Amino acid sequence: MLPGTPFHERTAALCRASNWRPWAGYLAAGSYDLYHDREYWAIRNAAGLIDVSPLYKYLIRGPDAVRFLDRLVTRNVHKCRVGRVMYTPWCDGDGNVIDDGTLARLDESVFRLTSADPSLLWFHDNAAGMDVSCEDISGSTAALALQGPNARKILDAISEPGIADLGFFGVTDVELAGIPVSVSRTGYTGDLGYEIWVDAGEAIPLWDVLMDAGRSYGIVPTGLMALDMARIEAGLILVTVDYVPTHQALLESQKSTPLELGLDWTVDLGKEHFVGRDALARQAETGPEWQLRGLEIDWVSLEQAYGSAGLPPMVPSSAWRTSVPVYDGRGQVGYATSGCWSPLLKKYIALAHLEGTAGDLETGLEMEVTVEHQRLRASATVVETPFFDPPRKRG
Amino acid sequence: MGRAGVYDAIVIGGGHNGLTTAAYLARAGRKVLVLERRHLVGGSTVTEEIFPGYKFSVLSYVVSLLRPEIIRELQLSRHGLEILPLESTFTPLPDGDHLARWADHDQTRREIYRHSPLDADAYDRFGQLMYRMALAVKPILSMVPPDPTSLSPKDLRGLLRLDRHLRDLGDTDFFMLYKLMTMSSADFLDEWFETDALKATMSASGIIGTFLGPRSPGTAYVQLHHYMGEIDGAFRAWGFARGGTGAVADSIASAARALGVTIRENATVVQVIVRGGRAVGVALEDGEEIKARTVVSGLDPRRTFLSLVDEADLPQDYVHAIRRYRSVGSSGKVNLALGELPDFTSLPGDGDHLRGAISISPSQDYLERAYDDAKYGEFSRRPYMDVIIPSLIDPGMAPPGKHVMSCFVQYAPYALNGGWNDERREAFGDTVIDTLSEYAPNLRGAIIHRQVVTPQDMEDEFGLTGGNIFHGELSLQQLFFLRPAPRWANYRTPVRGFYLCGSGTHPGGGICGGPGRLAALEILKGGVR
Ligand SMILES: Cc1cc2nc3c(=O)[nH]c(=O)nc-3n(C[C@H](O)[C@H](O)[C@H](O)COP(=O)(O)OP(=O)(O)OC[C@H]3O[C@@H](n4cnc5c(N)ncnc54)[C@H](O)[C@@H]3O)c2cc1C
Repeated sequence: MLPGTPFHERTAALCRASNWRPWAGYLAAGSYDLYHDREYWAIRNAAGLIDVSPLYKYLIRGPDAVRFLDRLVTRNVHKCRVGRVMYTPWCDGDGNVIDDGTLARLDESVFRLTSADPSLLWFHDNAAGMDVSCEDISGSTAALALQGPNARKILDAISEPGIADLGFFGVTDVELAGIPVSVSRTGYTGDLGYEIWVDAGEAIPLWDVLMDAGRSYGIVPTGLMALDMARIEAGLILVTVDYVPTHQALLESQKSTPLELGLDWTVDLGKEHFVGRDALARQAETGPEWQLRGLEIDWVSLEQAYGSAGLPPMVPSSAWRTSVPVYDGRGQVGYATSGCWSPLLKKYIALAHLEGTAGDLETGLEMEVTVEHQRLRASATVVETPFFDPPRKRG
Repeated sequence: MGRAGVYDAIVIGGGHNGLTTAAYLARAGRKVLVLERRHLVGGSTVTEEIFPGYKFSVLSYVVSLLRPEIIRELQLSRHGLEILPLESTFTPLPDGDHLARWADHDQTRREIYRHSPLDADAYDRFGQLMYRMALAVKPILSMVPPDPTSLSPKDLRGLLRLDRHLRDLGDTDFFMLYKLMTMSSADFLDEWFETDALKATMSASGIIGTFLGPRSPGTAYVQLHHYMGEIDGAFRAWGFARGGTGAVADSIASAARALGVTIRENATVVQVIVRGGRAVGVALEDGEEIKARTVVSGLDPRRTFLSLVDEADLPQDYVHAIRRYRSVGSSGKVNLALGELPDFTSLPGDGDHLRGAISISPSQDYLERAYDDAKYGEFSRRPYMDVIIPSLIDPGMAPPGKHVMSCFVQYAPYALNGGWNDERREAFGDTVIDTLSEYAPNLRGAIIHRQVVTPQDMEDEFGLTGGNIFHGELSLQQLFFLRPAPRWANYRTPVRGFYLCGSGTHPGGGICGGPGRLAALEILKGGVR
């Protein structure tokens, strides 16, 4: 039996759906209610409180911390000031992505790095010969994401000092009703939101404090199903779903570089060296053959596909994460890896790996849809991500 | 089909490979006779009710390498084969701790993390690597070894296929495969892990059936050999045949009979009759002679050529090669009927850890020391053991509430100082029980019956030369195109019409059937080499 997170005592009592999913060796709530609509809308209208404790978390410290991290990740760590957070992937020597996460600079030589897969060995191997320590704090540090337009008000009301001024991708230490925490203005929803990092021993009091403070602002304990929809709307990729981490790949063709994942903005080729740099520099010259892009499935075409079977159009009620073929007029040009109906945008959206010019913006393609056991196709257009990008996210 | 009463083919030995060959030949319309020395078929895979009510998998005990194409083509499921999963590996440690690996990935990770956070990561990466390595070697398992020195179109085609395959591996995997082929399992695992008990338990699969220690070069490959088993497409899955491993041979025998094969038990072959360089039949112990156009031996190469065939009928270099073929036993087997389950101090109770393998392999030094004893002609004072409790997986193996326990033990050298006798056999059995009792003190009192099988017994009763469990070591110098002899790895022999189909041919030992199937396919192609 998998253990719960440090919040389990509270989340278990609230999880009326008994909808638990394994996440990194822990039980995590898929949804608290049988339907996750309320949780999804909380993220976009009020505030969703999400237990993200299963994330792998590492504390990296020492005189060589910057040097080590700068060698490890694709972004320029020298540019990350104390109190700032960077989103970054990291690669193997061939430039293929191993994992991605957020890197928070807590002090001159102290960083907290999150990852989706266990990474201790990789960090350890890459730290050889440097004066730096990598400590796995996954078990000792609990984490909550508070995401949605009311997140700031809820936190600010109980935070000492206040966090109203904490900028997008900033990080700071505060006390929430007396509980010492680290707060970063980050999240996986593309909305105004925060992630709160706390000693596992303080998890339950923290949960209570936040639920209390959030009551009048519509706080809703939110599970992974709602989060999955929000992250697709935000165009944020998910490891093992939208790309195969190189350590899990069985075939070369399953691997992806940051350039192929639309993460070229995270790759600083100006850096003299980092793991995978040479391979990425070569690929940057020729341009990647594959691109990860947003797809918007055309409603009229969907209506026609369903109409051919005598049905009204149906949209998925939750996010899917299976591989779905994408075609142009001649043949298959790629595959979508996750998608959902966006209740907010009133659009059917997906993230897709597209080959060659099929990945150019505005290209008209087709995505497979299964209607009454028949594989049909609906028109789809390549669009810019994020699909949803409200000003409040950064504001 | 031949004339009435005359067989197209005689298969000597009703081991699972001989039965497989017979079934495939019959499937192609040949009239086949299998001659088995013992009162039942199965050879090294038999299940026998040694003590009333208790069924022992007398020798081999777990199934993984059995080729899926054989299960499919002979429809073994229809003939009663059921393979139940063996899900965990439990290593009790002398300091009262333990190491367990479970079917569930997260649970295993948590457990390894408890011993070493770095090893928890490395374990996943290593599994990934071995998966790719198994994928790389897998096609070789179902391929007739080409002769690398031959220019015949067939051999060249085979070599080309092999070459293309290795090229497709990519350089990283190719180098890794090379290391696996040449290193010791201890050295190979040292490159990956720091937890001694984990390394020891993993390297144990590199020493099974060999007269080598974990620090001997070549054992890394044997370890891979054990990773290559697949069940339902998943590599490194080990299972337990319902009814014991005898059920494997029984299902193949049933398929063979349904295809028209005649099987005779209690029929000991003493000679392969050769006329003018060609096999024409066999002679039995009681003087009976049976003719056939093709004779196939499922016995090990040494027994086949050094006792059934007149050396005068063989080229000298071939005889030399077979004499040099290494087939020395190093393993023993202790089977127990138990009144109650063993209770391990380091993980008390009858939890899931008893439902999988129980490995007595606390450290690499422990294994190497066990080998040291054997090197100088003694059985290990504290042996390595791979233990399972079949009755927990298939309750039909013992009376209700009672249990059977299978202990595979290393090392027990065939060439024991002073030789094996009843006294030494029991002393060996005592050592096994003493060792296990250090971890599960109630064991001694739970024993209702004990069967001890030494390498000498394996030779005397089961016809395994030198007591080697694989019909000859699975070391690189006698694998693939060198098994059993250079230029004769294609199941043919210098005697026309006489073939080999046992574990002493490619792809080698284990409950596998690969040798039996490939031999049949070669025989059906006909011709000499
Ligand atoms: C102790 C032990 C444990 C093992 N554990 C495992 C395990 O857990 N998993 C695994 O996959 N493999 C295991 N193996 C290996 C595996 O069992 C063998 O490699 C395989 O079963 C051999 O099959 P075979 O058909 O090639 O030969 P055998 O099974 O040896 O068959 C040869 C047959 O020939 C018969 N015979 C001998 N002489 C004559 C004669 N003169 N005339 C007629 N018949 C004759 C014998 O009685 C026998 O039936 C183990 C082996 C042993 C000994």
